[in-house]
Amino acid sequence: MNFYFESFSDFASMSGHGPYVWSCYFATIAVFILLAYVPSLRKKAFIKQQQSLLARQAARATHSTHKGNEL
Amino acid sequence: MASWQWFHRLGSPKWFYEKTTRWTQVIGVLAFAMLSVGIVWGLGFAPADLKQGNSYRIIYIHVPVAVVSMAGYYVMAIAGAVGLIWRMKLSYMVMKNAAPIGAALTFLALLTGAVWGKPTWGTYWVWDARITSMVILLFLYLGITALQEAYQNQESADKTCAILALVGMVNIPIIYKSVDWWFTLHQPATLKLTEKSSIAPEMAYPLILMIFAVYMFYAWVLLRRTRVEVLQRESKTQWVQDIVTGSSR
Repeated sequence: MNFYFESFSDFASMSGHGPYVWSCYFATIAVFILLAYVPSLRKKAFIKQQQSLLARQAARATHSTHKGNEL
Repeated sequence: MASWQWFHRLGSPKWFYEKTTRWTQVIGVLAFAMLSVGIVWGLGFAPADLKQGNSYRIIYIHVPVAVVSMAGYYVMAIAGAVGLIWRMKLSYMVMKNAAPIGAALTFLALLTGAVWGKPTWGTYWVWDARITSMVILLFLYLGITALQEAYQNQESADKTCAILALVGMVNIPIIYKSVDWWFTLHQPATLKLTEKSSIAPEMAYPLILMIFAVYMFYAWVLLRRTRVEVLQRESKTQWVQDIVTGSSR
């Protein structure tokens, strides 16, 4: 199997159809990157949110025990 | 009875999360390898079409995303049905997360189809049966995504979306058959399972590879989205808390 085009500029221009072909491929790659990236972002955000929730709960717990001692 | 055990276990979010950790990685690697090979093959190594020249190379994107956007609707609707019948929460999570991926793929099918239409038909857009039914598919996906957000109560959202997904399923055979039932600009299917395909083998192989690659990519994204959804909905359980504290280190 050989590379179909004779030169790189030939490959880029696709004998006049370049803008159509390349825009389709770039749009698809962009959407695919977005689809792949969103779950990672969501997981990171979830872990962060839960950790700050736990930290706040821990802080509240120590705060209330101190208060308890004062009384 | 024993043969049904896997089904009940699959309904357990914790079991699902643990089991899919490895699968997700393998499917991800496969998807990226197949997509890379398929894109390079389709763009640079497949021969040009006699009539359409190089513009036909859009087929390697257009057909796979269109095929998976329709198959993905069945995934979503069947997941919704399983949720309704067996009250399986995990199934609803799959349904919910299938909708945005399906919308993205349907959008790409319409976009690449429009761009391909310009050099081939001389126009970006015609309101013919195939294209119109695909627009309806996009609206169904977007409708289900929006409906999920419209409810405060997760259970009501899940049930309503499942019913809408099942009703919308009538659209899928219409899309498939639209090129045969109505006079349309859109060409009939290129790859056929039962008859001889109307495409040369050296053009068909990268197309078949790309279809499998997009299926793999779909499965990979759906698994990862569903896994995050599991964590969110099970956030109060001990095993999710362990994951949260474990990843701080």
